[in-house]
Amino acid sequence: MDTPPILNAAGISKSYAANRVLADISFNLSPGEILAILGENGAGKSTLIKILTGAVRPDSGTVSLDGHRIEFGDTARARQQGVAVVYQELSLCDSMTVEDNIMLGREHRRFGLLKRSTQRKIAVEALSKLGQSDSWLDMPVSSLSVGQKQLVEIARAIAQNAKVLILDEPTSSLTQEDARRLFDVVRRLSDRGLAVIYISHFLEEVRSLCSSYLVLRDGMIAGSGKLQDTPQSQLLKLMAGRDIEQLYPARQASSGAVRVEIEQLSGSSLPNQISLQLHRGEILGLAGLVGAGRTELLRSIFGLAAVHAGEVRLDGKTIANNGRPATRIRAGIAMISEDRKQEGLAQNMTIKDNMTLSHLKPYSLLGWLNEPQRERKVHELKDKFAVKTSSIDAPIWTLSGGNQQKVALARAVHQQGSVWLLDEPTRGIDVGTKAELYRWMAKLAEQGDSLLFVSSYFQELLATCDRIAVIAKGKLIDIRPTEQWTEHDLMQSAMQSTA
Amino acid sequence: MPRSIIPPTILIAIFFLLGLLVYVGFCIDQQFRSQYFSLGGWLLGIGLVMGFLRTLKLHLQQPNSIFANWLPSRQTEQLIGVLGPLVVLGLVSAVFAIADAWQGFEGNFWSLSSFRLIMLQTAVVAVAALGMTMIIISGGIDLSAGTALALSGVVLGLGLEAELPFTIAVFLCVLCGTFCGALNGTLISLMRLPPFIITLGSMTIFLGIGKMIATDGGTVKPPAGSIPNWISEMVTLFPSPSWIAYPLLPNFAWGIWFVLGLAVIVAAILHRTVFGRYIFAIGSNESTARLCGIPIAQTKIVIYTLAGFLVGIGGVFQFARLSQGDATSGVGLELRIIAAVVIGGASLSGGRGSIVGTLCGAAIMSVIKQGCSALGLANQLEDILLGAIIIAAVAVDQWRVRSQASQA
Repeated sequence: MDTPPILNAAGISKSYAANRVLADISFNLSPGEILAILGENGAGKSTLIKILTGAVRPDSGTVSLDGHRIEFGDTARARQQGVAVVYQELSLCDSMTVEDNIMLGREHRRFGLLKRSTQRKIAVEALSKLGQSDSWLDMPVSSLSVGQKQLVEIARAIAQNAKVLILDEPTSSLTQEDARRLFDVVRRLSDRGLAVIYISHFLEEVRSLCSSYLVLRDGMIAGSGKLQDTPQSQLLKLMAGRDIEQLYPARQASSGAVRVEIEQLSGSSLPNQISLQLHRGEILGLAGLVGAGRTELLRSIFGLAAVHAGEVRLDGKTIANNGRPATRIRAGIAMISEDRKQEGLAQNMTIKDNMTLSHLKPYSLLGWLNEPQRERKVHELKDKFAVKTSSIDAPIWTLSGGNQQKVALARAVHQQGSVWLLDEPTRGIDVGTKAELYRWMAKLAEQGDSLLFVSSYFQELLATCDRIAVIAKGKLIDIRPTEQWTEHDLMQSAMQSTA
Repeated sequence: MPRSIIPPTILIAIFFLLGLLVYVGFCIDQQFRSQYFSLGGWLLGIGLVMGFLRTLKLHLQQPNSIFANWLPSRQTEQLIGVLGPLVVLGLVSAVFAIADAWQGFEGNFWSLSSFRLIMLQTAVVAVAALGMTMIIISGGIDLSAGTALALSGVVLGLGLEAELPFTIAVFLCVLCGTFCGALNGTLISLMRLPPFIITLGSMTIFLGIGKMIATDGGTVKPPAGSIPNWISEMVTLFPSPSWIAYPLLPNFAWGIWFVLGLAVIVAAILHRTVFGRYIFAIGSNESTARLCGIPIAQTKIVIYTLAGFLVGIGGVFQFARLSQGDATSGVGLELRIIAAVVIGGASLSGGRGSIVGTLCGAAIMSVIKQGCSALGLANQLEDILLGAIIIAAVAVDQWRVRSQASQA
C-alpha cells in the first residue's frame, strides 16, 4: 500500500540541558495505520508525543501533517490542523454532560456563541463515528464508567476533524471488557482512514491492535517495522536493549503450611464475606474487574479499611481489628499500594525517608535518629534494588515510575515483611522493571514469604501465581490452581455476577 | 568506624556562628572587649580549621566533587532554600539602613539599641512561631495561637494576683498554653475536622475565657513588686549583666538566648528524631504516613501539645513585656506568627518548612516594624510592606518549586 503518508516526522532531536531526550527521530504514518510506539519509561515517548502535538519545540527537525508543517509551541494550532490526543489521565468536566464535554474548547475557539442544535449534530456525528448511539449525550459524565469516559474523550478528540489520533496508555485503568470495546472503536476509526499512534506497555494488546511498531530506546529509534513479522522476544529485546529471555521467571509451586487465614471478612460494602487461605511460599493471584473489591480486601486486611465482620489470622493468631496498619507491619505484613502517587509514596519526601518511614526503630535511641546508620542501610537497599538515582536525598518525584515502585518494594523489605499484599504493583512501569519485579516476587516466595497479588492483567497472574482467586462484586467466585485457569475462564468468572 | 551523631558540617557551622555572636558581643560591650576578642577568635579559628580539614577530606574522597560541580546540585538547592530567608532578611535590613542613611541617620535604624529592640520583638513572635512551624510542616494550622498566648499571660497575672509563688504562676501559665494546644490537637484528631475550623473556633473560645477570668475589662494587673526582677530582665532592652553566662555570651536579655536555645531544640526534634520524621511524613502525604503505620492521631496531638507548650512560654514573654495579663493582646498575633513561618519558606500545604527560616521570618517582620518607625513612616505602611513581603515570599517559593519540578 503506497498511500502518501499523512504524518511525516523528520530528524527530530530534543535535549533538556545536557540531557539528550530524542535524537534524530524520523518516521511516517499512513492513513488507516495503527502505529505502536513502544519503549521503557524514560525512552522519550512522552517527549515525542509532546512534540507531535506541538506542546514542545524540538531543537531540530520538522513534523508535517498532510503536507503542512506543524507549528511548534502552539497546541491549539496543531489540534486545528488535525492532531488529536487522548492522555492517560482523563480530562473531562465531571459535572457537565457528555455533549458539553465533547464540544468543550471547540465552542469557544471556532464558532463563538453556538446554537444548541449545531452542537448536537456534531456531537452525534462524533459518537456515531465511534459506533456509539447518541442516547447518553445528556448524561452527566460523572455517571459514566471509566471506559465510557474514555470514549467521550476520543469523541471529543475526533470531533475536531482529526487526521491523527494519539492514544497515550489508554487501557491502563480500563477493565478488559472496556479495553476490548476501545479496540473495536480504534479499529473502526482506522478503517475510516484515521491514522492512530498507540502507546502502551502491554505487548499483547499492541499485537492484537496495531499494524506496525516503532521502538524507542534512550531517545533513539531502536527498531521499527510490521508487527506480524516480529516475534515477541525481539520486541522485548529492542525495548530493553538486552535479552529479556523471560519476562516471567520460571518457578515451581511449592507451598507449605497455611500462613494467613481470612475468614468471612466483610467491609462496609466490599469485600463481602471472603474466606481465603494463603500458604507459606505461595503467590496467590486475585483476579477481577476494576471495582470488584480486591483492593478493598487488601485494605481491610492491612487495617486501612473498616472491617465489619470476620477476621484475619496470621500463623493461627487473630490480628486485632483495630484499624492500625502499625499492628500489621509489626506482625510482618507489608502492603504495596496501587496508587503510588497519592498513597504509596510521599512524593515530596526523600528516597531515604520513604524507604525507612515504616520502620525507624532500628535507628532510634529514645527517639533520636542515628542518621549515619540509616544512610548506610538506605544505600544498601538502593543498590540491592538497583534504584537509579543521583542521591538518596532526592525527592521521590524525581524518579521514574519503575524506580518509585522499587523504593516502595525496598520499604516493605526493610520493614521485614513476610506476608505481601501487592495491589497492582506492575501498573505503569516498563517491561525491564516488570521483569525485575516478577523475579523479586519469585525470590520472595522461594524464601517462604506469602504473596497476595492483585492484578487486572490476567496474563501476568497466569504466569506468576500458584493459585488464582476470582472476585466479583466483593464475593469470592472461584479459586483454583493456576493450571486449571485460562484467560477466558478468568474473564468469564470475573464477569459472572455482574452480568 | 564510630561517627559522631552531629555531622561535622553542622559542628563547623556552630563554631562559626558562635564566633560571630561573640564578636557581636565585642561590638556592643565596652567592658569586656578583650575577652570577647580572644574568645571569638578561638571559636572562629576552630571553625576555620575544621572547615578546611573537612573540605580536604571530601576532596580526597571524591576528587572532583567539590569544585567540579558548582552548578546547583540538589544539596546546594536545599541550602539555598534555607539561606533564602536569611538573604531576604539581609536585603530588607540593608534597604532600611540605606534609607536611614539617606535621611542622615536621624532614625537611628542602624544602631545598637534598634538592633536590641528588633531582637526582643522577634523573640516574642518567634517562640510561638517555633511551635507553629511544627504544625504547619505537619499540614495543619493553628489560628488560636494568639489568643491562647494572651490567655496564658492572663493566667500568669491571675496567679500573681492570688499571691502564688512566681515559679508556680509561670508553671500554670505554661500549663495553660500546653492545655490549649492539647485541646486543639485532640479535637482535630478525634473529630477529624480541618484544623482551620477547629482552631478558628478555639481562637474565639480562648479569647472569651480570657476576658471572663480577667476581672478588669480583660486585663489583670498584678500588684507592683510581685514580678521578680529576673522576669523583667527576660525582655529588657539593656539588661544588667549580673547573672547570665557573661561574658561568654553577648549582653542581650536572657529571653533572646532562651528562644535561640528552644529553636535549636525544635530544629533537632524536626530533623533528628523519629517524631520529626513523622511530622514531615504527615505533612507530605497523610495517606502514605498511614500506610507506613505512623500513629497519625497520636502524633498530631503531640504536635499541637508541644506547640501549645511553646505558646505558653510565649505567654510568659508577653506578660513580661506588658507587666500585665491582657486577654485581647493576642488578637491578630496569630497572623504574625503564621506570617513568620510562611515568610520563612514553609508550605501551607505541609511537608516543608525550617526553623532557621521561621526565625528569619520573625526577624524580617521586626525589622520592617522598627525600620518604618525609624524612618518616621506611618504604621499603615508597615502593614502594607509586610503584606507585600508575605506574598513575595510565597511567590518566590512557588517559583522555586516549579523550576525544580521542570528540571526533573
